[in-house]
Amino acid sequence: MDKTHSRRQVAAIKHSLFDQGYLDEQFIQLEELQDDANPNFVEEIVTLYYRDSSRLISNLDHALERNPLDFNKLDTIMHQFKGSSSSIGAKKVKAECTLFREYCRTRNGEGCRRSFQQMKKEYATLRKKLETYFQLARQAGPQETAFPPK
Amino acid sequence: MSAVGDVFMPEVGAGKLHVLAVDDSHVDRKVIERLLKISSCKVTVVESGSRALQYLGLDGEKSSIGFDSVKVNLIMTDYSMPGMTGYELLKKIKESSVFREVPVVVMSSENILTRIDSCLEEGAEEFLLKPVKLSDVKRVTDFIMKGEGKKSVKKSHKRSRSDDCTPPSISTAFSSVSHPCDVSLPASPSTFHSKKSRLSI
Repeated sequence: MDKTHSRRQVAAIKHSLFDQGYLDEQFIQLEELQDDANPNFVEEIVTLYYRDSSRLISNLDHALERNPLDFNKLDTIMHQFKGSSSSIGAKKVKAECTLFREYCRTRNGEGCRRSFQQMKKEYATLRKKLETYFQLARQAGPQETAFPPK
Repeated sequence: MSAVGDVFMPEVGAGKLHVLAVDDSHVDRKVIERLLKISSCKVTVVESGSRALQYLGLDGEKSSIGFDSVKVNLIMTDYSMPGMTGYELLKKIKESSVFREVPVVVMSSENILTRIDSCLEEGAEEFLLKPVKLSDVKRVTDFIMKGEGKKSVKKSHKRSRSDDCTPPSISTAFSSVSHPCDVSLPASPSTFHSKKSRLSI
């Protein structure tokens, strides 16, 4: 009874993450790579993402403090960050990255700063939501992707 | 001299494809490694073009004579990497007589036609848009497996001639000349699908 409830909760959280646009199809692609031997693959990837990208964010922070701004450099760093975000299916984060790169292209420093702030918010929000999701998923045990267990 | 070169090493029929994956993103390296393992490949992952060349023995560090080349059936490389781009790596691989027949697949998050065109023109097998899906990897590896199956019979013939081959470093001078090692190369491009029609856009 308990497990069924947990599984429903997990499914509900996942559903809302997709509904609200936090995650895209790529996240599902990653989940399909999980099996009994690698049951936590997605969580491992997401953990790696947050660890790795913190360095990129810090680079962006520093680069945005310079005067004048080096838009090429900003764009290069953001390209890397966007790539990783895309690889885990971080939809909203990725959208802000695209916006940021557009501001780089048009040499709009203020736009860059604004979208960077927004991106960091999305990045932090997603992190919390995914932490909750993974925690519950681990408690609920291996999920069946289609119908609930009999 | 090279006893190893004369021994027929069981190819794909007995074993797995060995894929060399190159990507500067740690996240992407982990993902491509998983995709390849699920597709029943043996995987070596490196973080840069220069590392890849080192692994292949193409960095000029080792003497090509007597160096037992590492066996790689497919190379998958990211395009945008600091230092050496995937395109530059592709060129270096195609310039090597040892590795030029190894299919190279280029991956990129950017759908830029001129980029795709130059990679295909330089001899890339395929250009994949990131994020790469399992279906992309399976399709590519399946295709390579079939090609390798045809090649394996001819390869044993090639291996016995390996002593006659001139060192890779001067291969370009021989490109227009009938070369002992070229005799046993696989069939003409008609064996493969037209590369341009296999873009996964």
